[in-house]
Amino acid sequence: MLNRLMTTALSAAVLAAIGFASVAQAADISGAGATFPYPIYSDWAKAYKKKTGTGLNYQAIGSGGGIKQIEAKTVTFGASDKPLGGDELSKNGLVQFPTVMGGIVPVVNIKGIKPGELVLDGKTLAEIYMGKITKWNDPAIAKLNKKAKLPDAAIAVVYRSDGSGTTFNYTTYLADVDPEWKDEVGVNTSVEWPVGVGAKGNQGVAANVEQTQNSIGYVEYAYALQNKMTYTDMINKAGKRVAPKSSAFAAAAENADWSSQPGFGVILANQPGAKTWPMTAATFILMHSDAESAANSAEALKFFDWAYAKGDKMALKLDYIPMPDKVVKEIEQEWREIKADGKPVYEAKM
Amino acid sequence: MSLAIEGNRHGRASGSGGIDADRIFHGVTFGAAAIVLAVLIGVFISLLVGAWPALRTFGLGFFVTESWNPVTEKFGALAPLYGTLVTSLIAMLIAVPVGLGIAIFLTETCPRPLRRPIGIAIELLAGIPSIIYGIWGLFVFAPFMQTVVQPAIISTLGAIPGIGFLFFGPPYGIGLLTSGLILAMMIVPFIASTAREVFLTVPSVLREAAFGMGMTRWEVNRSIIIPYVRSALVGGTMLALGRALGETMAVTFVIGNAHRIPSSILSPGTTISAAIANEFTEATAGIYTSSLIALGFVLFVITFAVLSAAQLMLRQMKKKAGE
Repeated sequence: MLNRLMTTALSAAVLAAIGFASVAQAADISGAGATFPYPIYSDWAKAYKKKTGTGLNYQAIGSGGGIKQIEAKTVTFGASDKPLGGDELSKNGLVQFPTVMGGIVPVVNIKGIKPGELVLDGKTLAEIYMGKITKWNDPAIAKLNKKAKLPDAAIAVVYRSDGSGTTFNYTTYLADVDPEWKDEVGVNTSVEWPVGVGAKGNQGVAANVEQTQNSIGYVEYAYALQNKMTYTDMINKAGKRVAPKSSAFAAAAENADWSSQPGFGVILANQPGAKTWPMTAATFILMHSDAESAANSAEALKFFDWAYAKGDKMALKLDYIPMPDKVVKEIEQEWREIKADGKPVYEAKM
Repeated sequence: MSLAIEGNRHGRASGSGGIDADRIFHGVTFGAAAIVLAVLIGVFISLLVGAWPALRTFGLGFFVTESWNPVTEKFGALAPLYGTLVTSLIAMLIAVPVGLGIAIFLTETCPRPLRRPIGIAIELLAGIPSIIYGIWGLFVFAPFMQTVVQPAIISTLGAIPGIGFLFFGPPYGIGLLTSGLILAMMIVPFIASTAREVFLTVPSVLREAAFGMGMTRWEVNRSIIIPYVRSALVGGTMLALGRALGETMAVTFVIGNAHRIPSSILSPGTTISAAIANEFTEATAGIYTSSLIALGFVLFVITFAVLSAAQLMLRQMKKKAGE
């Protein structure tokens, strides 16, 4: 009798395990897109899987690829560093929301200059990248940095050669502060750079700047920190000098008017506020409002709901900035737009 | 496979099945060859279809325009085309003499105990993945170029009137010359090992007869050995050129990725494969993607042209040798 009970219990357990495994397998959330948020998405996914058993299959193939994949409906969500405009969103029936933010910082390699010692403003940065300011001891730079010892040396400009959301946000900022940049170069994930050399990825820009004397580049904040690079301070829209740090990026998010753009597609470049870092950027998720599979979309939203609630500490540890709570509330409101058979697929607990 | 065996067995029984087996064997091998052809034609067609929107929009201007502007969506292939050809030219100018030199040394004058170690070293060099060359190029070779080689070139060659315009500008470390040198390093082992193989096919009777007539080593190599294996040498060299034209990872690291046509070979530029590798993932606009595919199409055509030219040269040489 005991034996028989044991067998039944065992086989039930085995069956349950098989059933559970296959359910977990089927419910794996699939997404593809931007490389910038990949480290935090994979950290969140690991913790989430441990808690719920639901995994995330995220392919970091780049924002362009993410947009293409979600339009082709091969994934449950696409991820892009470049927010889509209202027209594009409605044309493809997409809902868009930001997940985390990061900062972009200028980095330099000048003998004797320490991190945070130099300060630049947007106009000067744009003119350096246009090839109008060619030497470090140019009056425009010297005026901002009266105490620093600037060399009489040519500026070696380094930019991202691969198309990237970082470049998109960086050029958005330059275009915002310098009308000439807007007219002659413009804004995109890659542009026709007037001067300089291109390097692949944040890592490539970091390596090129570290090796080239008198160079300047731009990288995501996390890379500047990890590589102990010489970042510069910036003069923000309010005319105040700010250092790149989490609180300055968060200030940009707090001061932004998120509801001004469809799909929260606010670009955080050059936001107002005395403590705001001018080159802050959010990364976005794209999902179909007419859900292909209600269960899959619900699982994805559940994951992001959990990430907003529990993932802040993990994000900060990787030098990302979590979304402010009031923005998260608006986002979860927006999620009601994701429907199947006329009903929202997921209701966030608010 | 089992069909062929079946045919054989049948053949033994009836006597006429041998022809069947042959026919099946022919069919199977023909199928294998046809797959290659089908793939080649498939690649050609899909490239052409993908490139069509760009070619239709920009017309022939695509091939002679330097500007590559993702913002205004105006694209031209001239800068990557130029970079591809110049870096491959630099690589061939260096790799052909060096590779041949290595092969001649190994087969003719190298002390016997050294032959194997040097031969193995060359084959190892050929086996290094290109990403390793790229990383090494960026972190080790480029700083060396920037601090030592390029300043020396700028102050010497750059000062010569007439050709000075080829060697001026700030020493970035990366650029067309650096890429050409890295490419040369990558294809030397190809040229050296194919050349060594073909030199070994020269009958020793020929060599001994030449020496017997009192020819020097230089004369034997120049007038007997190299002419004897010329066609195989050209073939090996063209394969190496094909690799140089299409090399992606290593070049992407050290070319500088600037869509410009610089007059100085020390300046940053770009190549077709580097441009595609850099920009394909984030190219969202239809015409942007199509222009990148059109670049791929151009590379396909160049490679095809190089191989055809090699065939033509071989035919000419054979004709000449026949006369």
